[in-house]
Amino acid sequence: MGALYRGKNPIADPLSALSPSAAAMMSGRIRPAFAEKNLIIALLSDIHSNLEALNACLKHAAESGARRYAFLGDIVGYGADPEGVVDIVAGYAKAGAIVVKGNHDEAIQKRAGYMNEPVKEVIDWTRAVLSADRKNFLSSLPLCVREGSICFVHASAARPERWDYVDSAAAAQRSVEAAQTPYTFCGHVHEQSLYFKGGNGRMSTFGPTSGHPVPVHSRRRWLALVGSVGQPRDRNPAAAYALFDSKLEQITFFRVPYDHLSAARKIRLAGLPGSIAYRVEKGI
Amino acid sequence: MLERLSPGTDIGGFCIGECIHSGAMGHILSVTRMDRFAKMVMKVPRVGAAESAEGLLGFETEAMILPALSGPHVPRFVAAGDIADTPYLVMEMIAGESLDQALARGVLPAADVARIGAAIADAVHSVHVQDAIHLDLKPENVILKPNGTAALIDFGLAHHARYPDLLAEEKRFASGSAPYISPEQVLGTRSDSRSDIFSLGVVLYEMATGDLPFGTPATLAGLRDRLWLDPVPPSARSPGIPPWLQEIILRCLEARSDARYQSAAQVAFDLRNPDQVRLTARATKSTRAGLLTQARRWWNARAEHPVSSRRPNVQAGVAPIIMVAVDTTHPNDERQPALQRTIAQVLSLSAEFRLVCVSVIRAGPVAESNSETERAPGIHLEHLVRLRHWVEPLRLPQQRLSLHVIEALSPADEILEFARRNHADLIVLGAPGPEQYALAWWRSVASAVTANAHCSVHVVRVAGRQKDDESTPSDAPQDPEQGGAVRQDA
Repeated sequence: MGALYRGKNPIADPLSALSPSAAAMMSGRIRPAFAEKNLIIALLSDIHSNLEALNACLKHAAESGARRYAFLGDIVGYGADPEGVVDIVAGYAKAGAIVVKGNHDEAIQKRAGYMNEPVKEVIDWTRAVLSADRKNFLSSLPLCVREGSICFVHASAARPERWDYVDSAAAAQRSVEAAQTPYTFCGHVHEQSLYFKGGNGRMSTFGPTSGHPVPVHSRRRWLALVGSVGQPRDRNPAAAYALFDSKLEQITFFRVPYDHLSAARKIRLAGLPGSIAYRVEKGI
Repeated sequence: MLERLSPGTDIGGFCIGECIHSGAMGHILSVTRMDRFAKMVMKVPRVGAAESAEGLLGFETEAMILPALSGPHVPRFVAAGDIADTPYLVMEMIAGESLDQALARGVLPAADVARIGAAIADAVHSVHVQDAIHLDLKPENVILKPNGTAALIDFGLAHHARYPDLLAEEKRFASGSAPYISPEQVLGTRSDSRSDIFSLGVVLYEMATGDLPFGTPATLAGLRDRLWLDPVPPSARSPGIPPWLQEIILRCLEARSDARYQSAAQVAFDLRNPDQVRLTARATKSTRAGLLTQARRWWNARAEHPVSSRRPNVQAGVAPIIMVAVDTTHPNDERQPALQRTIAQVLSLSAEFRLVCVSVIRAGPVAESNSETERAPGIHLEHLVRLRHWVEPLRLPQQRLSLHVIEALSPADEILEFARRNHADLIVLGAPGPEQYALAWWRSVASAVTANAHCSVHVVRVAGRQKDDESTPSDAPQDPEQGGAVRQDA
């Protein structure tokens, strides 16, 4: 196996290269970060207990060749399916997915004074609905995971526990400097955007087009806001997520239409605030 | 790096040939590879601590944008080396002469300016339609191909709406070439495709007069002059320049991008149809604006400059060229009012359209008159009069309209070729008329145009008017491809 690995560049062919490099990783010769080189990673954030949206994105990601999954926090809150969504994410975690904690996940274990009333109401309801096991899963999540060239975090990598929004070039700069990795993937801000360090060292922002791969060379610093799976807020109700190809060094943002009217109906049926159902219906 | 670039060495599987160009940004070498017959060039940026980051940034930009572009007006991307390891970019070598080589021979006559200018405008339009902006249009970056078309090279300063703009925050003097960059580029905007139309205006000015409209400023203050200073009218420098060409050049050179042509396709159209250019005060201007006007323009330029938020491919379609084929041989046909109504509807959707009315009259062995010489001008004029009469009820301003009577053996081929050459965004024409009912649908002009057009086609049919029932089903537009394009007009 070792000879096979040495004789062939594992990066040249993504499919045949997977097993030799995985074998090399298991034998302990190379770091996991290198073994993951051929993978397409699905980046899903701010699911907010929206089962319909999560299933639509997972199906889309699998069909698009995703081999690894990263959930960037706010698994619960807002939506009517916390149990189903937590079970799916926990299942992926067991199979090796990266999962980090969001502020809504944290609010299940300790009350968050900064949240407004309808949101608190959903959090209290979610806390009552979730079993101890599921709550333990949420409270056990790390705030930030660094793996190879990537930092996964819900909000800013600079003091993730403060849940600062990355909503400006300056905030992106702070997060990227704290991450110390070429790539920072995060959510929290419910919109899709790519911050990058331009020619003069300053951060610029870029609004991606759904489905068009963007080259992201690792010699620069990149911060991707992957958008929200379960509660987009740009007047487009379609679910948002992204795929990162670590071999080709490119990121593709997607908008995936799903049955958002059913998701909104379930919020109303559960007796949760109508204003939240309305947001899911309209994508606001 | 240079020692690695000596002839015969191998980089990324490419065999290095002669060095074609060595500049501040890097080297351009001719390269070959065993399995490829096409001529290729390799661009290698200067790398090293002493080199400017700009060369690499431009290289990175071109390596990102070039693979996303295609067509005959750009070099085909072949391969790229890893920028962190062995940065190089291999692309097709475009055979031909660069425009600056052509200009070195002297000023061009108006007809050549129009012909070459239209070819460059075609290339610019093709880039815009692909959602990119060149932003460094100048004679060195235009290759005139032997077949009469033009290609643009060097996308190191280009912008592509689907990719992050690495040069976005780059407001240094070096972005763009001083004589050619647009006022909004001077102010740091890189996302307005009409910037290329300004640069095209500078190139046309240079072709026609041998001079640069704004000189070669070396300071930022000098660059800013073009925000308010109008250029010396081309005809004041070269008296032979016709009014229509001056009109086109000065409209491209308007300081405000919304006062220029809104798409390169419109520039190409005017350059190809000089008799259809609507002349304004620009056409006959012989001096610069007066001192008072200059002062007012200078004052206004201090205010914010308007910038388009439209993506290049959206901007390229903002001023659509709508072509209508009118059958002036049958002016009283019942399809004519339906065609007029449809055109009125289509035009109401956009404020900046250009309506191109075309009448194709059959030329050929069966002529209406025996003598070719006495027939041609008279018939031509008669159809032109009918065409003008047809479009009259639409009450369109002159600058939105152009009229063309063409003689051709095959009307369908002529309509298709005319539409392609003039970048039509939509062709509107009637379904087969009564005299064609005897023909199968697939033999009609409408079906041939629908099947082979480069753009959308709107086929107008009079409601309730179909071929007689005895016609075989195969004659009806059953094929989804054809049937889908047919709209019943009520």
